[in-house]
Amino acid sequence: MGLFSFSIKKVKAGLARTRQTFSKLRNLLSRELSDDVIDQVEALLIQSDIGVKTTVALIDHVREAYREKKFTRGDQVFDYIKRYITELFPAEDRSLHFAPSGPTVILVGGINGAGKTTSIAKIAKALRDDNKKVMLAACDTFRAAAVEQLEIWAQRLGVEVIKGQQGGDPAAVAFDAADAAVARNADVLLVDTAGRLHTQQHLMRQLTKIRNVITRKIPDAPHEVILVLDATTGQNAINQARLFKESVDVSGIFLSKLDGTAKGGIVVAVRQELGLPVKFIGVGETPDDVEPFDPEKFVEALFSE
Amino acid sequence: MLDHLTEKFSGALRKLSGRGRISESNIREAMGEVRTALLEADVHYDVVKKFCDDIVDKAVGSEVLKSLKPGEQMIKIVYDELVQLMGPVDSHIMYVQPAPTIVMMSGLQGSGKTTTCGKLAAYLKKKGKSVMLAAADLQRPAAVEQLRTLAEQVEEGSPGGGAVRFYGEPDKCAEYGKAVGVAVKVCRNALKAARSANVDVLILDTAGRLHVNDDLMGELRQVDKALNPHQIYLVIDAMTGQDAVNSAKAFNEQLELDGVILSKTDSDTRGGAALTVKEITGKPIKFVGTGEKIEALEEFHPDRMASRILGMGDVVSLVEKAQEQVSEEEALKLQEKMESGKMTMDDFLDQLRKIRKMGSMKALLGMLPGVGQQLKDLDMNDGELDRTEAMINSMTRHERKDVDLLDQSRRRRVATGSGVEPKDVSQLVKGFDMVQNMTKQMAGMGALQRMRALGGLGKQDLAAMGGSSGPSFKTRQRSKRKKKDRKRKSR
Ligand SMILES: Nc1nc2c(ncn2[C@@H]2O[C@H](COP(=O)(O)OP(=O)(O)OP(=O)(O)O)[C@@H](O)[C@H]2O)c(=O)[nH]1
Ligand SMILES: [Mg+2]
Repeated sequence: MGLFSFSIKKVKAGLARTRQTFSKLRNLLSRELSDDVIDQVEALLIQSDIGVKTTVALIDHVREAYREKKFTRGDQVFDYIKRYITELFPAEDRSLHFAPSGPTVILVGGINGAGKTTSIAKIAKALRDDNKKVMLAACDTFRAAAVEQLEIWAQRLGVEVIKGQQGGDPAAVAFDAADAAVARNADVLLVDTAGRLHTQQHLMRQLTKIRNVITRKIPDAPHEVILVLDATTGQNAINQARLFKESVDVSGIFLSKLDGTAKGGIVVAVRQELGLPVKFIGVGETPDDVEPFDPEKFVEALFSE
Repeated sequence: MLDHLTEKFSGALRKLSGRGRISESNIREAMGEVRTALLEADVHYDVVKKFCDDIVDKAVGSEVLKSLKPGEQMIKIVYDELVQLMGPVDSHIMYVQPAPTIVMMSGLQGSGKTTTCGKLAAYLKKKGKSVMLAAADLQRPAAVEQLRTLAEQVEEGSPGGGAVRFYGEPDKCAEYGKAVGVAVKVCRNALKAARSANVDVLILDTAGRLHVNDDLMGELRQVDKALNPHQIYLVIDAMTGQDAVNSAKAFNEQLELDGVILSKTDSDTRGGAALTVKEITGKPIKFVGTGEKIEALEEFHPDRMASRILGMGDVVSLVEKAQEQVSEEEALKLQEKMESGKMTMDDFLDQLRKIRKMGSMKALLGMLPGVGQQLKDLDMNDGELDRTEAMINSMTRHERKDVDLLDQSRRRRVATGSGVEPKDVSQLVKGFDMVQNMTKQMAGMGALQRMRALGGLGKQDLAAMGGSSGPSFKTRQRSKRKKKDRKRKSR
């Protein structure tokens, strides 16, 4: 099954940003290459949170090519970086895996405030618009009013939500939800979980338990485990991704809050260190504000202001 | 503290200087290490640049060039400068007359404003102030409800004198973007309510917003104009990367911040955003959020943050955290017992339980320089602690007092009683003995040294201590042999 058909609408907004992008780019990269231009590119890379290691690797290559006169213009640098990053994120990694039969279960995790619940509303809407029967599981039984928040989204989107008791065992809710998804022939079950810092071991174990309980009910589930990363996050995102991956075997990343000035470059480091692909990006607070991840546009945005 | 960075730094200087004198350009080049450390800690690119230039200027004019240990000297300058830039500490809240003092929270989405409002209410309540929490986030679904619940929690569960009230108009919430501006009205009403309820402090929880969203930023400015809050705080996630510079700048320009609250510092982030934000806004970091619990709001300590940013680990916080669970007195008593070899399995069990209460052991130890890496493969899970506890529980009172009683047949009995293998019991006893032996050797070390000594404990040592965790932070130490080994390795 392919990507969402819904992305068209949002692409417009995205394009507006891209255009802006290009003016800045042209400014910098249409010029003849010089040490100064290379320094500026380096600054842009660092400022995108791509990390020192990757930046150094990229810039070292550029400097060498410049010295050997292989690169003489700014746009060659841009093309090189673009190719490097695009190749890191092949298209086949970006689609959602669906269950061959029965409900597809998508488990969603992340640190506090990353954007899990909102991102679930976004995915839910996209799938609902794709004529899928979507159900939500309110497994954040911890944070005040978390269930209400998800319920409001469910109501706005007209999808069903399975909930338990405030303060109750989230794994029990996950179990009930998986049960209900099977019984009611849902196509997709999206499981919202409480925000937790990756350093809180007991909470990470709880997440593993949620995953295991789902598998017990539906053997090949969860079919996707999405980690929501906030694009404003710095180098710590690598630790987050590593520990979430260890706990629940993350299958992809939802990069939220890319509508601000943050570039989200950290996903490049996460990809290099942990092999995790980025599936979606969040570009706003409404359920429509989601796009499939597009590495080319992503790189262009790295060079915009 | 000869840490990683100092070593690297000294190395770089040595390499550069060769046999001759260290020159200004040597220093400039060696600063590369500091630059990398700061960038990896998420300090903003421009801030790092300025910082490094300043340091070079300082170093050149100082004794560093002539110093025998230029690396250490430089690190000291770097550290001191960081501490100075992030300070001074100022958690003071000025209360105004007539009441209420109005405090407004602002920040990006998901930065932790609502939780921080609750924490601040608890903090003020403890100081005897009455508080009203007002829900001005009409954007995020159920945000009003979240604040109401928090207000109730603080009112009912937190210690202190003052009452904690809630003000909210849930019916004013609307779908995203449709209630922009309504918050101004709600805040006005909240102020009226706060006046008539005669509360000391009114805290406004505003919706998270992007600094580039003109409508929503405009709304904040309107609230600012209408209520003229006495304190406006920016809540910023300690894990924020380079973008901290943009949001901090915009919020500060549009609202004239009075202070910053750094949230989620209980993560393992290096926290460079703290320096960025302080540099950009010039406003003090008032508080730091240190956990999900409502009491987890603390004063900011620039010195700890400086160590953390430089990758030296937040040793002091770790000691404090350990101390929360083990009181000084208790620890002393235990230490005496251990030093005289009289520690019993009961004490051991007691310590285990305390360590457990502290939460994630791995995360705690990860705060220590150099330890994080060593612990990566070490599994310290509750299951193991459970087993250890079960084993000790299966021992008789006499056995717990004197482990030497545990001969083969007793070990078998304990194993059966606790559902483990006899070799597990033997391992526990071995670990216990080892801890006791170590303790006898170590009398007279300070707490900090002991903490650091942990870094020298190998995987086997920890694993041998049944459940991979020893009795207490304060009583562990690396044996002399280990110390030598480590020295050899680092050369
Ligand atoms: N601008 C913008 N805001 C977003 C995006 N995604 C989420 N948000 C906002 O971020 C805030 C937190 O989002 P939530 O979905 O509640 O985050 P969460 O991870 O579920 O939070 P907890 O459950 O409290 O840990 C809300 O105000 C969302 O509207 C995005 O892509 N762009
Ligand atoms: Mg949530």
